[in-house]
Amino acid sequence: MMAALLRRLLIGATRFLVGGHARWVGTQPSHVQRIYFANHGSHLDTILLWAALPGELRRTTHPVAAADYWGATPSRRFVAREILNCVLIDRKKGSADPLEPVRAVLARGESIVIFPEGTRGTEPLPGPFKSGLFNLGRTFPEAELVPVYLDNLSRAFPKGAWLPAPISCSVRFGEPLRIGPEEEREAFLERARSAVIALSKPVPQG
Amino acid sequence: MDTRILVLFGGLIAILATASVVGYALSRRDATAEARATVANLNARVRAWWLMVAIFAVAFLLGKGVTLVLFALTSFYCLREFITLTPTRPADHRAVAAAFYLFIPLQYWLIWADWLSVFTIAIPVYAFLLLPVLAVLSGETQDFLQRTAKIQWGLMLTVYCISHAPALLLLDVPGHEGDNFLWLFFLIATVQLSDVLQYVFGKLFGRRKVAPRVSPSKTWEGLIGGGLSAMGIGAALFWITPFTPVEAAAMAFVIVLAGFCGGLVLSAIKRSLGAKDWGTMIEGHGGALDRMDSVTFAAPLFFHLTNYFFAT
Repeated sequence: MMAALLRRLLIGATRFLVGGHARWVGTQPSHVQRIYFANHGSHLDTILLWAALPGELRRTTHPVAAADYWGATPSRRFVAREILNCVLIDRKKGSADPLEPVRAVLARGESIVIFPEGTRGTEPLPGPFKSGLFNLGRTFPEAELVPVYLDNLSRAFPKGAWLPAPISCSVRFGEPLRIGPEEEREAFLERARSAVIALSKPVPQG
Repeated sequence: MDTRILVLFGGLIAILATASVVGYALSRRDATAEARATVANLNARVRAWWLMVAIFAVAFLLGKGVTLVLFALTSFYCLREFITLTPTRPADHRAVAAAFYLFIPLQYWLIWADWLSVFTIAIPVYAFLLLPVLAVLSGETQDFLQRTAKIQWGLMLTVYCISHAPALLLLDVPGHEGDNFLWLFFLIATVQLSDVLQYVFGKLFGRRKVAPRVSPSKTWEGLIGGGLSAMGIGAALFWITPFTPVEAAAMAFVIVLAGFCGGLVLSAIKRSLGAKDWGTMIEGHGGALDRMDSVTFAAPLFFHLTNYFFAT
């Protein structure tokens, strides 16, 4: 109840400040199991991408979030867990398998959102991808890998800022990828990154 | 309530109802794909007009505070569109945040607080000086002048200039106390009708383009036909202003001309940024700034002329 109300508020505030309209460029919303992967420029990314999904998909879609940020204080943990349906992962080196909780979610047949750069970049275009996306894709071959580009967020809410500037952002969903049976890790990760970059080019209006 | 307001809104509703009926009839007619697209665009515009008139009516009924909030939101959306299309950098974040979170509330609060002297200088002097200071703190010097100038342009146009429309509520014209909302109505109605009529005359008779490279839809036929009709409407609305019919026509003339220049200049900015519309907020109208472009230039002129010649 409380969480539902806060969810509406959070989505409303995000829309008011940064818009975040969904542009389904290469695919349509669907209940098929999906791994959405996107460029990462700010902490708002998680909220924005998730808010751009249709309501009924949000219930079964879990953003993957870093426990060292989203789990750091009780209020953040509340937002991450109760409002955004996040899966928190421990990205510190040395822990057994940080993606274990994510696998559990995918094994239930639900969808996830990941930011394969692993950390927030400062540039509009994403940096190299980490191998988690490839590993998850291999383990769950039936899940569609959907590239997503978040436009403008790196300037709306850059690293170090404590208030987002109202700049309209858009969330572009591209055509799903599949990992080829023979495809190497590096080749796939580069292809996935190019798919996100391709979405950053302006789409024809209409 | 003032019967004049009832007459005005009654008139608007009658005009829009006619437009809706005509639009509906046109949409039922078999026509070429191009004509259908024009009619669909026209109907989308009419629907957006209904919404805008409804919002305006609520603001007028509920008074100064609500009107100021409405215009502050308009500035907010226009500035958001301007900054969105302007390639600012992450290093500009502080300056951009100050423009939104400090100067929009400040500018409209100054109208609320009846503080005309500070209202006039807050943005041109203090934002002018403060914004580059905030930007320089990030230490990024590349394109510093361009980056600073872009934010200042946006703030001046979308906040400072637009705020001159509701600033009409500050003026005291002897013998016309309490009529300020009507002058605001006069300004907005003349600007918007001038835009619409120029569009209609341009579609019907447009031949010679005024500035083909800047705005292919602006023609001399549209400007003259639409401008003269808007002046006629302005003169006919003299009874809601402190002006005589001739003065009202002259004011409408200034509004038409300034509005036209505003449309042209903002169109050039838009093109230099590589976009066709400022945004997609209002169906059929592009962005908020696509509708407010004429107001940005017309509002300060109308405010100053009214203040100088009529107010005490």
